[in-house]
Amino acid sequence: MNAPVAAKPSTPATEASQTARVTLLQHPLLRPLAALLVLLVLDAFLVPGFFRVTIKDGHLYGSLVDILNRAAPLTLAALGMTLVIATRGIDISVGAVVALSGTVSAMLIGGTMVMHGSTPEYVANTPMALSLLAAFGVALLCGLWNGVLVAGIKLQPIVATLILMVAGRGLAQLLTDGQIVTVYYEPFFFLGSGYLFGLPFSLYVVAAVFAVTMLLVRKTALGLFIQAVGINPVAARLAGLRTATLIIFVYVFCSACAGLAGMLITSNIKSADANNAGLLLELDAILAVTLGGTSLLGGKFSLVGSMIGALIIQTLTYTIYSMGVPPEVNMVVKSIVVFVVCISQSSEFKRILRRRAA
Amino acid sequence: MTAVTRPVLEVTGIHMQFPGVKALTNAGLRLFPGEVHTLMGQNGAGKSTLIKVLTGVYQPDDGSIVLDGRAIHPRSTQDAQNLGISTVYQEVNLCPNLSVAENIFIGRYPRRFGMVDWRTMRKQAAELLARLDVHIDVSQPLANYPLAIQQMVAIARATSVECRVLILDEPTSSLDEAEVQTLFSVLRRLREQGMAILFVTHFLDQTYAISDRITVMRNGEREGEYACAELSRLALVNKMIGAPDDSQSIEQTGDAAADGAAPSQETFLRARGLARKGALAPVDLELRRGELLGLAGLLGSGRTELARLLFGADKADAGSIDVDGKPVALANPRDAIAQGIGFCSEDRKHEGAILALSVRENIVLALQARQGIWRAIPFKRQQQLANDYVRWLGVKTASIETPIGSLSGGNQQKVLLARWLATEPRLMILDEPTRGIDVRAKQEIMDYVSSLCRKGMSILFISSELPEVLRVSDRMLVMRDRKACGEYQRGQLDESSVLHVIAGETAGEGA
Repeated sequence: MNAPVAAKPSTPATEASQTARVTLLQHPLLRPLAALLVLLVLDAFLVPGFFRVTIKDGHLYGSLVDILNRAAPLTLAALGMTLVIATRGIDISVGAVVALSGTVSAMLIGGTMVMHGSTPEYVANTPMALSLLAAFGVALLCGLWNGVLVAGIKLQPIVATLILMVAGRGLAQLLTDGQIVTVYYEPFFFLGSGYLFGLPFSLYVVAAVFAVTMLLVRKTALGLFIQAVGINPVAARLAGLRTATLIIFVYVFCSACAGLAGMLITSNIKSADANNAGLLLELDAILAVTLGGTSLLGGKFSLVGSMIGALIIQTLTYTIYSMGVPPEVNMVVKSIVVFVVCISQSSEFKRILRRRAA
Repeated sequence: MTAVTRPVLEVTGIHMQFPGVKALTNAGLRLFPGEVHTLMGQNGAGKSTLIKVLTGVYQPDDGSIVLDGRAIHPRSTQDAQNLGISTVYQEVNLCPNLSVAENIFIGRYPRRFGMVDWRTMRKQAAELLARLDVHIDVSQPLANYPLAIQQMVAIARATSVECRVLILDEPTSSLDEAEVQTLFSVLRRLREQGMAILFVTHFLDQTYAISDRITVMRNGEREGEYACAELSRLALVNKMIGAPDDSQSIEQTGDAAADGAAPSQETFLRARGLARKGALAPVDLELRRGELLGLAGLLGSGRTELARLLFGADKADAGSIDVDGKPVALANPRDAIAQGIGFCSEDRKHEGAILALSVRENIVLALQARQGIWRAIPFKRQQQLANDYVRWLGVKTASIETPIGSLSGGNQQKVLLARWLATEPRLMILDEPTRGIDVRAKQEIMDYVSSLCRKGMSILFISSELPEVLRVSDRMLVMRDRKACGEYQRGQLDESSVLHVIAGETAGEGA
């Protein structure tokens, strides 16, 4: 009874040999890039000398540099948010962590100017390195809190981080008595408004965080694991992944990014404003991630896409301001542009269009 | 009999092309009123695609669908339903937290003075179910009823609208034998009422138990349409795989595992009193190196529960496990993997495949998880692993970068098997590895598994298909009502006496 398994060769392998080819037109970054390009072209017409970059005192000046510089906190927040969203999560406490880390750094540094004869000297209350480490540590703790609530207690991410969204800003306000804490310590200002080799220092911070994240995602198995957990957490656990640890990690990472953003903002405005610093930054970050093509359903993600998304948002703000649009119209214009970009990425919308055309 | 009547639904010349794959070529189908028509074919033969065309999920590139002499072009499942084509899917897609009545009338609750008329709804729901000879309290949440009843509710919902054609896409794959019989009596009732029923299944027994007519598909084409009574099983299988009629069915090959080297006497894993409240009564189990231990029993008999405890997917309340004679704690899958245990879950879609990831990523996942996050497997090595396993197991995929979700069920199963083989496990737990996949892939997977056993790997094999368990197992453990109720050596039992043990009747003299 042992006949050959099949008398004929099985199904022709021709269909298997046809490899799916991703053309440039289908590249997921095409749309966000196109949106950014459209905005830049628009600016070229609206703002005289938009693309002009000049060198003053060895520093680069110009609209482009300005946009990059101002986008730094948002870009950091968006990078952190990308990994959280890739695990099917969300972190709406980013703004609160910004306020908290900004407040802690500002309060610890404080600073006064002491005159030694005719030379002023700046003195920090606490050594700056220590203060920044403390602020960063607070951010890490915030992330640990979020991560444990999500992965350990299994709260829904939006609820879990809502707690810190309220509590974090509240704590910052308690610390400052609701007052704005001003910093008088020159070296600290370098973070948010200093220049290094002609470029704003904040760009180096963003570049470093981006490089580290890319390395983690590409050179270790982190990227694969995050996607697996985001797409199918049950299967990922059964394949032997430490799903809980991974989830805690992404929330810690996201808060760390928010903490850095908080220090940049505080340094830039030379004070900590617990009420307004980083207000609604989480929403812009989520928006940036979405604009960059990462689905809120988790799984596949694009760090480069999120960077572009953050740049789109910042360029848009810049455009609106330079067009002289009154501030009260700002939000509406922004939402229209976001609507257009998002709908152009919707597969359902494309399906409807195709059906109309057919 | 019905040969002279006109078909209620006639599908001809359907062409359907997906990127890189021609799914349907000149496919066709005829459904007659008052007949149960079974659609058969291997995985990837185009059965699901054809059904999706009928139910409006896909729009075909070419071809015609004629319902009652009128050409139709269903554009969505809703559209198809309005035209009179209702479908019940493999996985029941109802709302478990709503009542039975609400599930039947969801989206079209009967109203009275603008308010939902609950009383009428319950009355009509009960009447609809009574037509199927199902008598239950329709105000209870659906989740309170077993899967088979939920299936009936889905059928009641499908037939509550004006329905000429009822499509059942593998409705029996999660039902036990008794439930299948209930379902069949419902189908017979509907058939008497003149309904045209299209039944998709992989089970040959069921095909012959219920069908009037069979359409066989192969490679996206209609191989032929046959009256059930005139087509022998052997001929049917051969038509599905495209072998000449006179060749032996591949179902009858095998016995490879047992003919090879006998399993060694060394124990690999021993469990004593392993139990979990509400899932499994204390079970003792011993697995030797290179042994294939079959686990037989009905759905819900504790088979899967035992497998999950052995893999650390669930935590045991009581009992101990020794591996290589040393006690081990298996608190989570990682612990089990560290001991060289792999586990293919019965629920491929939810517990196995990571659908949006590529074949390559799915294959390396468990190995990478064991190596840890820092020691990333180099991309070249990943490609090599994936290519090797795709070739060895004969996975049909456009490339190793294709998302696993676009592969057919059997090929997904092979990829998941590869995921574990890549970790070079010492024990593989296979829970229904051949469920819902076609004869050819089933055979290939079982042959491969048997050959692994000969190389010294132990295997715990769970299957609802008794002949399969009997054929490949060195030893067999039969479970019933969450308890182990007998252990048998190969050749000690035949199919009917095992059935007796499973069913809880006194076994024949053999046991």
